[in-house]
Amino acid sequence: MRLPLALLAAIALASLAAPLIAALLGADPAAVDLLDRFAGPSAAHPLGTDELGRDMLLRLLEGGRVSLTIGIAAAATAAALGAAVGLVAGYLGGWADRMLMRLTDGVIALPLMPLLIVFAALDLEKLGISARVTELPVINLLRIVGLTVLVGWTTSARLVRSATLVTRQRDFVRAAQSLGAGTPHILWRHILPNVLGPLVVATTLSVGDIILLESVLSFLGLGVQPPLASWGSMLSNAQEVIASAPLLAVYPGAMIFLTVIACNLLGDALLRQFDSRDRTRT
Amino acid sequence: MIRFTAIRMVEIAVMLALMSLAIYGLIGLMPGDPIDLMMSANPHLGSADLARLKALYGVDQPLLHRYLAWAQAALGGDLGYSRLFSAPVAATLLPRLGNSLVLMGASFVLAFALALGLGIAAARRPRSWLDRAINFGCFAGVSLPTFWLALILILVFAAGLGWLPASGSATAGDGDLADRLRHLVLPVAVLTIASLGGYTRYVRAAMQDALAQDHIRTARAKGASEARVVWHHALRSALVPITTILALSFGTLVSGALVTEEMFAYPGMGKLIFDAVMGNDYNLALAALLLATAVTMAANLAADLAYAWLDPRVSYR
Repeated sequence: MRLPLALLAAIALASLAAPLIAALLGADPAAVDLLDRFAGPSAAHPLGTDELGRDMLLRLLEGGRVSLTIGIAAAATAAALGAAVGLVAGYLGGWADRMLMRLTDGVIALPLMPLLIVFAALDLEKLGISARVTELPVINLLRIVGLTVLVGWTTSARLVRSATLVTRQRDFVRAAQSLGAGTPHILWRHILPNVLGPLVVATTLSVGDIILLESVLSFLGLGVQPPLASWGSMLSNAQEVIASAPLLAVYPGAMIFLTVIACNLLGDALLRQFDSRDRTRT
Repeated sequence: MIRFTAIRMVEIAVMLALMSLAIYGLIGLMPGDPIDLMMSANPHLGSADLARLKALYGVDQPLLHRYLAWAQAALGGDLGYSRLFSAPVAATLLPRLGNSLVLMGASFVLAFALALGLGIAAARRPRSWLDRAINFGCFAGVSLPTFWLALILILVFAAGLGWLPASGSATAGDGDLADRLRHLVLPVAVLTIASLGGYTRYVRAAMQDALAQDHIRTARAKGASEARVVWHHALRSALVPITTILALSFGTLVSGALVTEEMFAYPGMGKLIFDAVMGNDYNLALAALLLATAVTMAANLAADLAYAWLDPRVSYR
């Protein structure tokens, strides 16, 4: 658990501190230097330069900031939505449970990538939103967050539902019920705190899944748009010059891989932790 | 059983009808209007021609009318005409569907066979170094961006070593079986690696549960060989949960195939959907998306039926 956590923390801190590192190196990640394209590693550019002569290391860190922001924001939103679905389905049971779980299984079973491409290609201007708004970087980010939430909420819905099914049988929940507590109160004060474990696991796992999904969408040209760049959109640019500069395609992919595997290993370690704690308690 | 299958078929039909309506509505919101394109391509057209063109293509009608007209024609077997390929949609779709089924089928069989071997090896000795190594490999597999893996393989085996072709499904003018197989190697490898990690984890978890059951102890107690215990007794009960999860992951396989096909310019359904959506080919995009969904749902139904066949305790009445 320590290694993936340390790796994630290192990537996140370095990405957040990108402006600081840029200042230390005395370089600007957006500075174009056409005379110094495809340069190899040097003291000024530790990982060399890209097709426009921009510093690769700083570009990677900037890309990480975008990828991680989307990953964390979307995972948190998806977790909240999934938790709401899981709590209601697990606690109410019966008809509501059947409908909600049918919906969850339905979403999981759909061919999501083709459908996401349709959603990603939608023209917001045809919905009556002005071009000035749709071209804002914030809208670009929100749009990707929205797309990934559409598919990302199912993991937490399932995990929270099964944890809720167990928790609602516990004595303190029955006590609260017999004291006449309302359903929202029981869900919020008694059930939610006891399903936080699985929720944390689901969120950690989704951060990885969402970063992968965002990278695919951006690679296909449907995700992060210039002036912003994520690891996925950097790979999309690198693909065009892959014959002359293969390393440009290796770095961003390696960053995605390291971040996602760290999230997955951390989620798995957390899952084991909560599992063994549950076992010793009962 | 027949009743269950019939109910599920009706459900699938209702789902497809609802999805067709939703996608029909969404597709109109994609950028670029075919009529606008025609207008800008020909400076001699005026506003009277615009109205005439709109009437000709029926886009002056309300959305629901247009949808119902489309649905009526589609049910009669007329899926319309593809703007991108200048051919009827049905004639464009079917060969692509065949190509995709070859790619997905080969990857699925390969990934499932490897996952059975690896998952069972890991489950037989939990917490051994082999189990840990396989587990780590699975995490690496699910964390690998599919398109990046494809890019690296193209770089090494096609551009670098020159062993295998990087794109397409056959060399133009050649196209015999050996040539087609050579074109399949890299896409199948990518899609297999992309699914292998997840499958192996399912198999390992299901086998570990199965090996802990009482009937396994009984089988061992009466002196069945280890191979028979694992491959006959345990695998039989492990296959039930495995089938369910694999069926649910079929949609993921379709998604993975889209990215893989796009990377290798492999003429399958996934690439077709992507090209149709990007190229504003409404008729083609709509039919291709519905077909991909229908294939996925049919696979899920097949898995439900396999579930009943594998587990005698389950019966659908």
